[in-house]
Order: sequence, then C-alpha cells, then structure tokens
Amino acid sequence: MKYEAVIGLEIHAQMLTDTKIFCGCPTTFGSEPNTQTCPICAGMPGVLPVLNKKAVEFAIKTGIALNCKISDYSRFARKNYFYPDLPKNYQISQYELPICERGHIDIFIDKLPKRIGITRIHIEEDAGKNIHSIGNYSLVDLNRAGMPLMEIVTEPDISSPKEASEFMKKLRTILRYLGVCDGNMEQGSLRCDANVSIRPIGQTYFGTRTEIKNINSFRFVEKALEYEIGRQTILLEEGGSVVQETRLWDSSTGITLSMRSKEEAHDYRYFPEPDLVPLVGLSAKAEEIKKSLSELPDSKRNRFITQYNLPDNDAESLVAEKALAEWFEDAVRAGGQPKILSNWILSELLKLLNEENKSITECPIKPSQLVDMLKLIENETISGKIAKAVFEDMYRTGKNADVLVEEKGLIQIKDEGALEKIIEDILSNNPKELERLKAGEEKLIGFFVGQIMKATKGKANPQLANELLKKKL
Amino acid sequence: MRLNKLTIKELRRLLDKREITPTEILNDIYSQIDRYEDKIKSYITITKDFSYKMAEDAEDHIKNGLMSPLTGIPLAIKDNICTKGILTTCASRILYNFLPPYESTVTEKLLRQKYILVGKTNLDEFAMGSSTENSFFHTTKNPWNMQRVPGGSSGGSAAAVAADECIAALGSDTGGSIRQPASFCGVVGLKPTYGLVSRFGLIAFASSLDQIGPITKDVTDSAMMLNVIAGYDPLDSTSVPIDVPDYVSAIGRDIKGLKIGIPQEFFIEGLDIEVSNTVKEAINKLESIGAIPVDISLPHTAYAVATYYIVATSEASSNLSRYDGVKYGFRASGKDLLEMYMNSRAQGFGDEVKRRIMLGTYALSSGYYDAYYKKAQQIRTLIMQDFKMAFEKVDAIITPTSPTPAFEIGEKTTDPLQMYLSDIFTISVNLAGVPAISIPCGFTQDNLPIGLQIIGRNFDEETIFRVAYAYEQSMDFYKRRAI
Ligand SMILES: [Zn+2]
Repeated sequence: MKYEAVIGLEIHAQMLTDTKIFCGCPTTFGSEPNTQTCPICAGMPGVLPVLNKKAVEFAIKTGIALNCKISDYSRFARKNYFYPDLPKNYQISQYELPICERGHIDIFIDKLPKRIGITRIHIEEDAGKNIHSIGNYSLVDLNRAGMPLMEIVTEPDISSPKEASEFMKKLRTILRYLGVCDGNMEQGSLRCDANVSIRPIGQTYFGTRTEIKNINSFRFVEKALEYEIGRQTILLEEGGSVVQETRLWDSSTGITLSMRSKEEAHDYRYFPEPDLVPLVGLSAKAEEIKKSLSELPDSKRNRFITQYNLPDNDAESLVAEKALAEWFEDAVRAGGQPKILSNWILSELLKLLNEENKSITECPIKPSQLVDMLKLIENETISGKIAKAVFEDMYRTGKNADVLVEEKGLIQIKDEGALEKIIEDILSNNPKELERLKAGEEKLIGFFVGQIMKATKGKANPQLANELLKKKL
Repeated sequence: MRLNKLTIKELRRLLDKREITPTEILNDIYSQIDRYEDKIKSYITITKDFSYKMAEDAEDHIKNGLMSPLTGIPLAIKDNICTKGILTTCASRILYNFLPPYESTVTEKLLRQKYILVGKTNLDEFAMGSSTENSFFHTTKNPWNMQRVPGGSSGGSAAAVAADECIAALGSDTGGSIRQPASFCGVVGLKPTYGLVSRFGLIAFASSLDQIGPITKDVTDSAMMLNVIAGYDPLDSTSVPIDVPDYVSAIGRDIKGLKIGIPQEFFIEGLDIEVSNTVKEAINKLESIGAIPVDISLPHTAYAVATYYIVATSEASSNLSRYDGVKYGFRASGKDLLEMYMNSRAQGFGDEVKRRIMLGTYALSSGYYDAYYKKAQQIRTLIMQDFKMAFEKVDAIITPTSPTPAFEIGEKTTDPLQMYLSDIFTISVNLAGVPAISIPCGFTQDNLPIGLQIIGRNFDEETIFRVAYAYEQSMDFYKRRAI
C-alpha cells in the first residue's frame, strides 16, 4: 500500500524586542545564568505582568505578512503546569482568542506553488531552562523566562518533509524581513514542533499522529520527518498501529524517541489571564502597521522577475535574504547587468560567504566593486575564467579588481603577433597531436587551446586564440 | 490623653501644630500593644525598631515643613501586602520566611508620605477565610469579646484598629475580607472599586476580585487613606487610568434627596434578627436626614456565593501554583522533584487553602470548564448587570455587611459552608467590581458591633463617603471603643 504523510507544524519564534514580554528585563542572548531576571519574570509573590506593546506590534506585523485575519479583540490565558523552569507554574499564553487567525504562506515545490494554511498566531512568554546532570541536583536558569514568543500553527497541509523544510525556510525569510525574529534555529530563537501522521493514499480521514519535538536545526526538519514517516510506515506495513504520543528528535542518533503518551498528556486548565486586560482595537492598529510595512519577499520576488527579467529561481534565491536582495539592487544601481550580477552573486559570492559561514551583511566586497570587475570582463581586459580568481582575491583582500589585475599582470593578451608566436611554438612542440588533428580528430582543438591558456597563464583572449589557431592549421 | 486612641485627622492637627511628635504617638501605640497584644494577637510581625526609625524620619520631615496627610501616622499592614525586606508571610507556612525584594505600590505610596509601619497583621492564610482562624500562626481575637472572632480575612488589621494598636490599617478584600471584619470589630472598612487601587505587591488570592482598602476608626480617616493609595499604577494592568478626586472634600455634604436602594434579596431568612432590626433603624435614620429609600431588586444575589467560590478558587488554584518549594519559602524534602513538590505543598498549605486549590483545579479541568468556570463568568456578568440597573434608579445601596455579628471562635471551623455564608452580603460587590464600605451602625445586646454596608457606583466612592459620613455623624457609634 502507498502512504501519504500529513504534517502540521507548530513554530515558536522568539521576538526581537529589547525587553521581555511582561517585565523590563533585557533579552540579550547568552548572559550568565539568572542575571537577566527580576521579581516579575522570577514569579515572586504579588508581582504583576505588564505587556510589552512591541510584542503585540510584532505579532500583528507577522499576521499581516502571513495573510492572517487580525483579531480586533484578543485575550491572554494561563496555561497551567508544574515544572521548575516555569516560575509561576503557569505560562501566560493565548488560547481562545489569539491575536491572528486564518492565514497562509505560498511555497514552491519543483517550481509549482503550494499554499500552506496558517491556523493561528498567538503570543506568549517563554520558560527558563533546567540544567541537569550536575551532581544529584538540577539548576534553573531563568534568563529565558519571560522572553517574548510567537507561536505559529499551520494547518495539516504539508505532505512531505521537503515541503516542511521549504515552509520553514520561507517563514524564516519572512520573519527576518519583518525584523521580528532572527530565525536562528540552532540558538533556539526559532523552534519547530511537527505533528505527523500517515494514511493510505485516497483515505480522507487522518491517521493517528505523533508530535515531534526538539527539531533544533534547519538540517533536521527534513531528516526528523523522514525518519518519523518511515517509522510509521514500517509500523503500519507490519500490521501494527501508531500510538498517539510526543516524541523527541535525537539529532545525534537521527531517530525519534517516545517522550510521553497521550495518557500522560497535561490538562493545562486554560482560563483567561485575570492580571491582564484584553487587547482591543487591534484592527485599527493593524491598518496603521500595514502602511509602514516594507516590501515582503513574495512581492519583491515578483518585482525582480518583471523589473529585472530574472528567472524565477534567481529571483527566489535573491530575495531569500533581505540584505542579499538589497546587495543585488545596489549592484544594479551601480550599473551592473541584472542577470550577470545574479549569476555572480548566487554562485561565486554565496560560495565564498558560505565557506566562511558569513552572511551577506558581513561581505567584504561592495556591490560597486563587483560591477567594476564585470566591466573588466566586458571590455575584455580579463577573461571570465581569470575573473573568478580575481573575484576571490577581491574577497580576500578587499582590493579593487583593476588594482589586482595590474598587480598580478592579468591583462589579457590581445596582441596577435605575440600570440601567434606562442601558438607556433606549441604546434611545433606537439607534432603527434597536430597529425591527429589534421587527420580529423576535432576534439584536439581543445587540447591546443588548453596548451595556449597554460602557456599564457590564462591571459590569452580565448576568441583570439581560437581564431589564430584555426588560421595556423 | 492617649494618642493611640485618636484618629488620623486629629493626630494630623496636633502633629502639624507641633504639639505632639510621631515618637510620642508610637510610644502610646506600643504601650497598648504591650498591654493587649498577647490576648488579641493582631500582628504576625511587629517592626518596633524600624517603627521608631521611621518616626524619627517623619519628625524630621515635619520639622522641615514637609508633611503629607499620613506623615508620622502609625499604620498596620495586612501581611499579604509586600514590604521590602520585611517578613511577608500571607499567614502561611509556605511563606514563613519570605522577605520580599520589592515594595508594594500601596506601601510605596505610604512610604513617600513618611508613614510609620507598626507591623504586619494576621489574616486567614492567603486571605482565604472569614475569621482569621485559618492563619498558620495564630487566631486573632475580637477586641470587643475575646471569645469571638474578629472576622476575616483582614481580621488582624480590623482588630488592631479596634484595639487602638495602630491608628489605621490596610486590608485586602476579595469577597468581604475588609468589610466583614470591620463590621465584626466596629470599625470602618472600605473595598474600593476594582481597579482604583494598585494590586502590585498584593499577594494574589483571586486576581479579578482582590482589592486593597483602608480599615479606619471613622469615615474621614477612610477618605484620607484612600486619597493616598488610590490611582493608576503602570505596574498593574488592571488599575484604571482615571483622575482621582479628593475624597475628603466629598465628606460633609448633606444627603438630602439622595436615593438609597434597599435590595429585598438581602433581608432574608438566616439574617440575625438584631442585625436586621439595627440595619432597618439605620435606614430610618438615613431617611430622617434626607435620603429617600427605594425598594430595589438584585435578582441574581442568590447565585453570588456559588459563583464566587468557582471564580475565586479557579484563580487561586493557578495563583498559588508558584509556591512549590523551588524558588523561595518553605521546602520539604523528597526523593525526586514530584515528591518534593507534593511534600512542600502538603506541609506548606493549610486545610482551607488546599480545599480551595482543589475546588479551583476541579472547576478548570477539561470537561468541567464549561459547566463551572464559564457558567460562573456568565452569572458574574448578570450580577454586574443587576447593579448597573439598580444604579439607574438609586445613588447608593444599603445592606447589612454580615448576616450575624462576630461568631464564636471554633463555631464554624468544622463547617466550611457555614463559614462561606458569612460573606453572603459582601461577595456580590466583589463580583460586580463596585465599591462598598462597612460602618458601625449599632450593637447587639451582648455589645457586639453591627455593620452597615453602603454600596456605590463604579468609581463613585465619593457618594459612599458622603452617605457614610452623614450617618456616622448623626449617631455616635464610632466614638465607642472596644478597649
Ligand atoms: Zn524580568
């Protein structure tokens, strides 16, 4: 029997506010344990939460970008459960009346669009961290307690690990465009839980699902889901059944492990948070925010296709990072030809950046420098092949292309006389190959061109070399 | 003249004329405490050394002409209101050693006025109870009759004021916890409109009902205290940003033509005959000085107690989750985390608190939420509407504060339901959010005080004070002292 997967994601995105969601503590990452706490986020008796308005603004921004309906009236709720990293033993979250509902994100799978529904977005506070395995006790770090989170829940519209991964990438791009989340899965500022089930193709109702937690890297989104779908498929094929449970992804072994069963699931006893007043008049706020929103990835992509005549894939890749798209457009403004720029950025530039794990914002080359280098190719000062080496040097040294070309003497040999002399030498030094070429072995042209390039250290103008070679034969 | 017997207003006059000093007031307060506190047990913590330091500080301010209405006035604070660096226990074992690293907004406001803290007063554990018998530390006695309870949960504050062990006090009122003990102890207790006084630093029992208010010897002092503690607080999202009037100036205006509503649902079976007669006499008195009594109905009153015990316990079950032995307060040992949690809470909380945590946990549980919590919220809305409609016809509502005078110690401890019913007249006020005051309106044949409750519109404490003062001045009950 053939099975299909049904996947829904629950994403927690840490919002980039300066202070925590219900107190004035800073949100900086990686401080000494319990140095970013106060009586409020430490859950002392008698303290009260005060909502950070920025968090509401960020959630509304996200809601607009994910095509959601923004609720005019929204309310906080308490989610009750006991755990040492949760100082109040309840989490202030949202339940019945989330801030955003019913949106979608469009992703592309093999160039075909697919729409993934967004069920809801709500805001809540994060818990702290328990630190185990230090002797026979555990420690609690509350620096993260009260960090502002958005929970984004998708419809079960995702039908493959690839789609899930594409969705996560697209979501990350949008969140980073909005400046509401840095999208760093490894540091935990973007976290993804997945509800996974499989069913025979054609079946309309859902199979029993499991919830996969702890998918803590983009690399693992696909891996974890593939593993889990495989595990469920084998279970069903062997006549077994899937148990509804929460499973933990273990990246070191590449498998998911049972964490708790449905029977052990918490009754969170949600009820409206009486310490906070409901949020009202959000529609008007949303209208205001909409006006100030800058261009989002999808519209930028479409604009790049029409304005710059770029292929879909180029446009899609360029807009994946807002800073990359800006870099590209700066280069266009500096006089570059869009498609050529796109090729160089997406292959050479990204390759160099990725090697050093750098982002485009840390790029040592300015857009105008690339444009100047491309002009050297255009006016045949250097060849495309040499240009790649020059570009790499530019990246390492920060120097301009013309300076490097001058320093290293990389200017193309366009002097016919000089080149003819070199070609004559090569022909007379390789009599056997010349024989075979003359006997009709055409591919040996390549051999001779190669020899010419070798002799000139790549500086021979390729067209000129070809012409002269043919003339000599 | 014993200075501890005077009111804030009287002391203010003497202090400002430099006829007395704050230290002299404090001397009289502490000699009273030395004489009676062993018997009455109003306080959990007495801050004597600190009090005298504060008195000196206040004296300096007065010398420099920097006095505010409460400068140099010795006050008692209910022990569920956080005072920085001073033991704040909520009368619970689970917070037996808790030193708050922050000051509540109300005491911060008092500090700015250079008040004098006498000590932290006893209460029913986490303000859950109507007699202070649920305190982990001890039961407070009613200064009018040591065999009787002072009421609760602010029984320590009410008893301290009645026994002249302080000049005035702060309490908190979730279902009558200021008004009922004020009524039992023959003093004045005000539950302000929900949102008028900041809850920051008040250790929560039921967040949507809790409100801090003054317990004083007379109505004028109540207005003076409210002047200081009322007002919007950015630290409390449920506090309301309104302009706070000068409540003292509302006092003294006559009540001619003012309509006072008499709700039929409050004069029912179970209402003590002496209480009933006394309150009716008080209504006649109000009529004789110009008020117009109007019969009204608050039709959903019968559901108030049931509604309250769902809303309040649900919120409490969540509010009290944080006391788990992990971070502060009492911790019992256990072989693992779960056992440590369970032992700490089992040994840290008293029976009544556990009972309410269980009730609330049950009411919020999945499958029961709609039948209990949600329904209770719907009835709460109906109760609010009852008051809204009533206040279209009248300016204030008059009822007894409690169905009985102070009962005997131990009389109701075995029957929680009987105990819950002692708040039957005060609870709907908290559910509706409206303000109400309890003032003395007479005594039983056994010389036990009886309280009159005056309920007002939202944020209309002025009318309450106006009626209360007019009545108070027409009688002389407020002049009678327990000791
Ligand atoms: Zn904090």
